[in-house]
Amino acid sequence: MQHSLQTPRERLVVVGNGMAGIRTLEDLLAKAPGRYDITVFGAEPHPNYNRIMLSPVLAGEKTFDQIVLNGLDWYEANGITLLTGDRVESIDRVQRTVTAMSGRAVAYDKLLIATGSNPFVIPVPGATLPGVVGFRDLADVDAMLEAAARGGRAVVIGGGLLGLEAANGLKVKGMDVTVVHLMDTLMERQLDRSAGTLLQRELERRGIAVLTGADTAEIVGDGRVTGVRLKDGQVLPADLVVMAVGIRPNLALGKAAGLACGRGIQVDDAMVTSDPAILAVGECVEHRGQTYGLVAPLFEMARVAADRLAGGTEAAYTGSVTSTKLKVTGVDVFSAGDFSGGKDCEDITFRDAARGVYKRVVLKGNRILGAVLYGDTRDGGWYFQMLKDGQDVAAIRDTLVFGQGYQGGGAASPGAALAALPDSAEICGCNGVCKGTIVTAITEKGLTSLDEVRAHTKASASCGSCTGQVEQLLALTLGDGYQAQTGPKPMCKCTDRTHDEARRAIAMLELKSIPDVMQALEWTTPDGCASCRPALNYYLMCAWPGEYKDDSRSRFVNERMHANIQKDGTYSVVPRMWGGLTTSAELRAIADVVDKFAIPTVKVTGGQRIDLFGVKKEDLPAVWADLNAAGMVSGHAYAKGLRTVKTCVGSEWCRFGTQDSTALGVKLERLTWGSWTPHKVKLAVSGCPRNCAEATIKDLGVVCVDSGYELHVGGNGGMHVRACDLLVKVDTEEEVLEYTGAFMQLYREEARYLERTAPWLERVGLAYLKQRLVDDPKGRTSLNARFLFSQSFSQDDPWAERASGATDRHEFSLLAEVG
Amino acid sequence: MHQMIKWTAVGTIDDIPRQGARCVKAGDTKVAVFRTADDRIFALEDRCPHKNGPLSQGIVHAGRVTCPLHNWVISLETGRAEGADEGQTNSYPVKIEDQTIYVALGAI
Ligand code: SRM
Ligand SMILES: Cc1cc2nc3c(=O)[nH]c(=O)nc-3n(C[C@H](O)[C@H](O)[C@H](O)COP(=O)(O)OP(=O)(O)OC[C@H]3O[C@@H](n4cnc5c(N)ncnc54)[C@H](O)[C@@H]3O)c2cc1C
Ligand code: SF4
Ligand code: FES
Repeated sequence: MQHSLQTPRERLVVVGNGMAGIRTLEDLLAKAPGRYDITVFGAEPHPNYNRIMLSPVLAGEKTFDQIVLNGLDWYEANGITLLTGDRVESIDRVQRTVTAMSGRAVAYDKLLIATGSNPFVIPVPGATLPGVVGFRDLADVDAMLEAAARGGRAVVIGGGLLGLEAANGLKVKGMDVTVVHLMDTLMERQLDRSAGTLLQRELERRGIAVLTGADTAEIVGDGRVTGVRLKDGQVLPADLVVMAVGIRPNLALGKAAGLACGRGIQVDDAMVTSDPAILAVGECVEHRGQTYGLVAPLFEMARVAADRLAGGTEAAYTGSVTSTKLKVTGVDVFSAGDFSGGKDCEDITFRDAARGVYKRVVLKGNRILGAVLYGDTRDGGWYFQMLKDGQDVAAIRDTLVFGQGYQGGGAASPGAALAALPDSAEICGCNGVCKGTIVTAITEKGLTSLDEVRAHTKASASCGSCTGQVEQLLALTLGDGYQAQTGPKPMCKCTDRTHDEARRAIAMLELKSIPDVMQALEWTTPDGCASCRPALNYYLMCAWPGEYKDDSRSRFVNERMHANIQKDGTYSVVPRMWGGLTTSAELRAIADVVDKFAIPTVKVTGGQRIDLFGVKKEDLPAVWADLNAAGMVSGHAYAKGLRTVKTCVGSEWCRFGTQDSTALGVKLERLTWGSWTPHKVKLAVSGCPRNCAEATIKDLGVVCVDSGYELHVGGNGGMHVRACDLLVKVDTEEEVLEYTGAFMQLYREEARYLERTAPWLERVGLAYLKQRLVDDPKGRTSLNARFLFSQSFSQDDPWAERASGATDRHEFSLLAEVG
Repeated sequence: MHQMIKWTAVGTIDDIPRQGARCVKAGDTKVAVFRTADDRIFALEDRCPHKNGPLSQGIVHAGRVTCPLHNWVISLETGRAEGADEGQTNSYPVKIEDQTIYVALGAI
């Protein structure tokens, strides 16, 4: 070993002039100044800068000079030799030297590796085309700014923290930006579904297009990128592609030198690698099986490494809990710890739709395990501190979710916040009603119920999202005199809202997804339950035909599988037989399917068609494919939708028939099949008043008479038999079809989920149906038009989609077979 | 005899839709592997404690699944029926490494 005569200082070489490496030096210089001869290699041609501020640089909120952490003078003042733009290529652990790209070799006694990470590049064709960049260093930002100066379109692959910050910056710089994200919600590692959806809405509002569930197949371009092709075939034009799908610890150097590596360079609690002379810090390390991608843990590592380098023997790094904030100006998002819950965990959820705030705190045994905040992140630090301290929050549990400002001395209650509001505070956003107006109306007019407040002030009369606050104002003003209303029941335990309130809000507030509704109406559970989710899914589908994407996960199994589950877990399959008509070819195809798949039971149903019972789930696509091949489609025997149109033979053959009831039945079935309705719908057409098709116990029944057609509605042959009411008599088939479409649509738009037409009619009254359908021809025409519009999106055979493997392929195969 | 945990890799997280489940066949036993909205993974025997309904086919919500046959609500964590109903189905330990799901299907 060589030692200089006067100053036998140890030599420390740092590879990586980034955030963790230089923080370690700062800590070391504070603890043991002058202990080492220090040389720093940096691959980038810059002094050390604050990498996390690259996002504000991209967005034009900061300049590069403003984010430099340590300028060249700092290195000089501390006697550090800085070698920028020179990447270290190898480590000789025996000779204890490092050799850089330039050929320069420097000897060390202690080596600190802080090489950070590399952006992960998804291995698709075209990934290396010019115009494709990562988002990691200043060079990437320069490339993006250069592209943005030319305008045009950018596609950002990856909807995590980095991707969204890049998207925002590029948008601010005037590009047309689309974010392509593989998962269903943005930032899914940091945010739960509710917060992720809110974030998506906000970005979309800012003009950033977001495609979720989108898998990149290829980057296209000839010599330079021109677009991104997704696995579903869609091609997004692009002049710039930013890959921000994740990072990989940069362990190449350590690995080549034979250091123990996992996902990163492995270190112990002293930040020492498998070679005692070599330490490592930052994103390049793996500690206790974990790697990190945020600065807070790196700074903790730096402190420990500095202490050890300074000769300490105590300091130990034991891992970190992290918190994240998104740096997009005006969008407040915070997440910390583990918010996925689990055994014995409790969720406390708070939604304030008016302010666009969502908070979720996950507790376990009175300690905070994780938190997700959207819209109001002021208390992020407070929750995070309690989380890290493992503080017992039992005493403040009830008001915890309201935040730190709320933890006054006395016993606070949710009502206290409302009581503290000034009279001028707006309660009902839709109708602009202030707190003072409501309280005055309650006291001066002697109002005692929500409905009265609605009638007198219009507060809570539109979307209903302020209902809870209006009720609290009633309670505050009337004290014990106020009895909460026992009106229509809430949809389920997840909410105080009724079905009608939820529907009204969907229309008024233009809510377009289940998480949006849950947010706007302040659901108390993170993702609802088996009663509210199917109902909301239906309401959304009805409100936004063609636009709303059906959420199969919110459907009862039969509707998801397009077959009826049986008590032994097999399924039944019912192909449509239009109006009860069939042919020898169809019957032959059915017989063949029965033989081929050894289907145990074949039965003629009460709905004039054939049911195949006991089909194995994994056989369903093949059974459907065979039935499709013979021209048959799903009978929707499982659906809250059109089931059957029962017919009799009618004038074609029957000596009493007055009209062609069979053909009319087929027309009605062609008109209405595939529709989704609040509950199942059955129609029938009888050729004469003998009524062999039992048309007067159907949801809508047509009884043909000599002079035309009687339309009967609201019948039911099930649990509570109810004979139909006569709605109207019409002259032509065209009118029958128009009335049917209008009736279907009125039922679709106004009945509550799982309410069949019979109880619906009894609730709203026959007079109301007559007023809407008979007395108002214009209204009828537009109802029918809305029905036809909606039908234009729903008449695709769900069996064909699945038999071809295009939809829900995962439903029909095992995840694995073992043992 | 000494029993020890054997972890079996059954697939990756992305193989299962959120708020959904898929099955693993292990000999005569069917195990339903669930994925919640917030990406937690659980494994239960695919048999409802009520009348053996296939839980894998139910609606998944807030750490629970509602059985498709008669709407019992089963905790994904414990396999126990919630509310007034009583019964419990077998649950299996799960671990995730990278994106791969491992289930401890049984003692060997
Ligand atoms: C197959 C069939 C019985 C048969 O073998 O004939 C049948 C079978 C079932 N009916 Fe039905 N109903 C069948 C005709 C009827 C009829 C008669 C009719 O349609 O003319 C009625 C009375 C008429 C009516 O609905 O007004 C009928 C009234 C019910 C009811 C009570 C509905 C009510 O509002 O009161 C239920 C329960 C429900 O829907 O909640 C029901 C529910 C069921 C379910 C779906 C029970 C279930 O949830 O599993 C059965 C599914 C069997 C399967 O897996 O395919 N089924 N069911 C008939 C299929 C008709 C078809 O081709 O699609
Ligand atoms: C755009 C952006 C926004 C971010 N926002 C946040 C945020 O809001 N909050 C947060 O906590 N974190 C954020 N991060 C992450 C944070 O910046 C990193 O966690 C941190 O910089 C990692 O520090 P490091 O020292 O491990 O790696 P780096 O800072 O990347 O430093 C490593 C350095 O080593 C150099 N190097 C690599 N190999 C060699 C070699 N062989 N020879 C010489 N030099 C080499 C590299 O060029 C690099 O300069 C963000 C990151 C980016 C890119
Ligand atoms: S009456 Fe209908 S629901 Fe009842 S057993 Fe028969 S088919 Fe099933
Ligand atoms: S079998 Fe599950 S509820 Fe009956």
